[in-house]
Amino acid sequence: MSVATESTATAPAAHHGEPTGLWSWITTVDHKRIGIMYFMTSIVFLLIGGLEALLIRIQLFKPENDFISAELYNQLFTMHGTTMIFLVAMPMAVAYFNYIVPLQIGARDVAFPRLNALSYWIYLFGGIYLNVSWFVGAAPNTSWVGYANLTSTQFSPGLNVDFWVLGLSILGVSSIMGGVNFVTTIINLRAPGMKLMRMPLFTWMTFVTSFLLITALPVIAVALIMLAFDRFFAANFFNVAAGGDPVLWQHLFWIFGHPEVYILVLPAFGVISDVIPAFSRKPLFGYPVVVYAGVLIGFIGWGVWSHHMFTSGLGPIADSFFVATTMIIAIPTGVKIFNWMATMWGGAIRFTTAMNFAIGLVALFTVGGLSGVMHASAPVDLQQHDSYFVVAHFHYVIVGGILLGMFSGLYYWFPKVTGRFLSEKLGAWHFWTTLIGFNLTFFPMHFSGMFGQPRRTWTYQSELGIELFNQLSTIGGFILGVSTLIMLWNVLKSARSGAPAGSNPWGAPSLEWSIPSPPHHYNFPALPEVRSREPMWHDDERAAIEAVTLAEPETEPEMPGPSFWPIVVASGVTATWALVMTGVWWAPLLGLVYTGFGVYMWAFEDPFKHLKSSH
Amino acid sequence: MKSLRTALGTLVLALLTAGCSLEGDYPQSSVAPTSDFALMIHELYADIFWWTLLILAVVWVVLAYILIRFRARPDSPVPKQIHGHMGLEIGWTIGPALIVVAISIPTIQAVFATQQGDPEGSLVVDVIGHQYWWEFRYPDSGLITANEVHIPVDRPVSFRISSDDVIHSFWVPMLGGKRDANPMRIRPEGEDPKYNWIHLTANETGTFWGQCAEFCGDSHSLMGFRVVVEDEAGFQAWQADLATPVAAPATAAADPAQDTTTADAAPAPAQVAQVDPLVEQGREIFHQQTCIACHAIAGTNAMGEIAPNLTLFGRRSSLAAGWLENTPENLQAWIKAPQDIKPGALMPGVAVAGGNWPATNLTDDQVEAIAAYLYSLR
Repeated sequence: MSVATESTATAPAAHHGEPTGLWSWITTVDHKRIGIMYFMTSIVFLLIGGLEALLIRIQLFKPENDFISAELYNQLFTMHGTTMIFLVAMPMAVAYFNYIVPLQIGARDVAFPRLNALSYWIYLFGGIYLNVSWFVGAAPNTSWVGYANLTSTQFSPGLNVDFWVLGLSILGVSSIMGGVNFVTTIINLRAPGMKLMRMPLFTWMTFVTSFLLITALPVIAVALIMLAFDRFFAANFFNVAAGGDPVLWQHLFWIFGHPEVYILVLPAFGVISDVIPAFSRKPLFGYPVVVYAGVLIGFIGWGVWSHHMFTSGLGPIADSFFVATTMIIAIPTGVKIFNWMATMWGGAIRFTTAMNFAIGLVALFTVGGLSGVMHASAPVDLQQHDSYFVVAHFHYVIVGGILLGMFSGLYYWFPKVTGRFLSEKLGAWHFWTTLIGFNLTFFPMHFSGMFGQPRRTWTYQSELGIELFNQLSTIGGFILGVSTLIMLWNVLKSARSGAPAGSNPWGAPSLEWSIPSPPHHYNFPALPEVRSREPMWHDDERAAIEAVTLAEPETEPEMPGPSFWPIVVASGVTATWALVMTGVWWAPLLGLVYTGFGVYMWAFEDPFKHLKSSH
Repeated sequence: MKSLRTALGTLVLALLTAGCSLEGDYPQSSVAPTSDFALMIHELYADIFWWTLLILAVVWVVLAYILIRFRARPDSPVPKQIHGHMGLEIGWTIGPALIVVAISIPTIQAVFATQQGDPEGSLVVDVIGHQYWWEFRYPDSGLITANEVHIPVDRPVSFRISSDDVIHSFWVPMLGGKRDANPMRIRPEGEDPKYNWIHLTANETGTFWGQCAEFCGDSHSLMGFRVVVEDEAGFQAWQADLATPVAAPATAAADPAQDTTTADAAPAPAQVAQVDPLVEQGREIFHQQTCIACHAIAGTNAMGEIAPNLTLFGRRSSLAAGWLENTPENLQAWIKAPQDIKPGALMPGVAVAGGNWPATNLTDDQVEAIAAYLYSLR
């Protein structure tokens, strides 16, 4: 393969004109810096969520264990789920949206740079707020789905559920704003010639995901507000004694919760839809079909929520409907798998770490998808629901699908972000320990579930005969822990001393590989014109584009200046919610005043002030 | 490729290790059906299992072939740039669609078959979930028991499931799938309460393990129960014993009006006649203390309904909702400190309050006496 060697790789030079220092990061509105902050923050939460998982696994290593108390265990699994979904999987995808999407469509930033900063800071503060609960000994303890009426003040009188309901409300704000930002960016900021059907698949999946964020997050926001009203103002939405209905919570949660699954998994699908063609040196097979399949998944994803509720007693007609829709959604997902395989067919496959992770996704997500077909059958689900079989299923989807996809993207785009390669040797270690640890952790759970281990149980009786499966899972969990540390070490080490990468180290086809690595803070000196789906693979087109994108401009494009107000508003939003917990009615008003001050200052801030003063 | 082989080998080994232990005793196995309901689910599951295994095998085999056949070599030319193929797309859309239809038809049939109204002549059993124990009521006979429910073999049984507090889920894997125990909400007048039902006919006698499957609070993990499937005669005898407790006060213990049908079923009702002073002491303490505010024992002044009914307690195989074997040591430990065994239990211990109740301050001797008394309830 000759493509990869063409770009002359020299040590990445720091671009001039970019401010440095802590303050410049706090006030940055640059999508690339915000992307990096998103990523690093999500990695920190990944370590926290992983540590919680390992404590869970130690507790389950033997039957009737009392390594940790039931109360602590319940907090650990609740926070593990909440953390991994809301503080790791979603924001890690958003990190990639941030860094990559503007580069892929030929934009200099996202549509609303300061709003983007606000999204990040709210995410950070919301995540911290949720975890502060550990230090007051009241971490959320009613599971990540928080089923009513266990979450009522009658059955959960402590602060635990308050932290959960308010923390998730805060995080939802961040996600909705992110969705708005990326929809607007993708619709409006594409370079000339970048038609929708020329966009890289990662941008397409970001587009679909962003619509899901805008539409799904408000549903859980409504549910959380209802729960907050029940808890703080003695409303009766879920109170059976007053005619309220706890099953209503399940509907609202899963109307959000199932699109949420696709919010999580579509970005990973997008990543490997870019990675697999790049390392097969072949265009994505059936591009329009893969796009439509993603859009279709986004739509049908709204009509399957009650397959999470087959045991709750909806009656045979509702059950049958949700059986049918759930079965149908398996079809476009399968089509994607087949198209990825057809892309590789006849290609020249290079087994880089990025590609290995992408292949791992194709192989292992399929396992999770197929066990999903099993409990799409409502009567079968009556046995599998809320057992470890389901735990195995969704970890094959979330780790085998989402996390492998994110790791694939990490190895793929790291050279673009830092100008240096991640170590392929450490990458191989990372990949194989992940693969082995992952399967060893989660495959035996199919059996422990089949033999009657319910989820969310602090311990189990030795008579159940499931000790061996749990021991295998625990060992696998620790291997996964080691693999995560290898990844971390690779990132930290390679960011400083990795082999230098040029503008297009992989010989990949899309527009982000036409600019220097790392990119200038303005990304593109002038906007290139795109004429195909694989602009960097057509020599004429690439030459025309690189003449623009690699040129050193005489005057730098004008970019919006830094702003302090996003972090002020974000801290205000978080403080307002947190002050609700005081139970003093006027306390949140203080937070509102502070937030209002931030919004006011923001509104009247001139984003180009820094250019005027320096002229 | 070498490392790929190693990994596959490791995986296969792990599977074999797991496979070896498939032959074993799994009292909560969801793949060992002993009722018509469980069997229907199991057959459906087996059907779907082979379909999914087939798809997985195809995907993995083709993928492995691709990875070996199409790996880049130093002299690989730029591959032919293919953008798609309509026929293939249609093919791999329709193929899975047909499989999905093949799965959906028996699924939907089973959905309706398992949710018909209660069959003729079925025995209705009310299942009521509590944090963290199970109450069972037989509406036909008015009998009540807890944590260990008896049903007859080869006769339709309809479990009518609800909850007294939060959502639980009633699951006896060998007898079939689970159904949530939802708290009954207050409804407008004239509107019927909506219960969840499980209809099944057990086809084997034995004691089957069940457990709460919906997270319900601190001791969710410790909310088990047992289903005792008996032949019709045994079931009738048990019901009769439940209706006429053998443990009457000592003076009346030898009452000849005892239901004679129990003579051979119950191992030793006659033993109660010999007055054991420890049992007498336990009886006195139990019925004078706050025990009776929450617990009920049929035929006595203990008529509390917020804690497990203790009639025929001595016959149960487990205590603390399926968590401990029913032995004198375990029972005494439970009476002394319930929260040590089951966090969040509402029963007060010797030294700690529980729920709204102060510590009992019972001495070890008193605890022993109460335990002896409870065992006399057979």
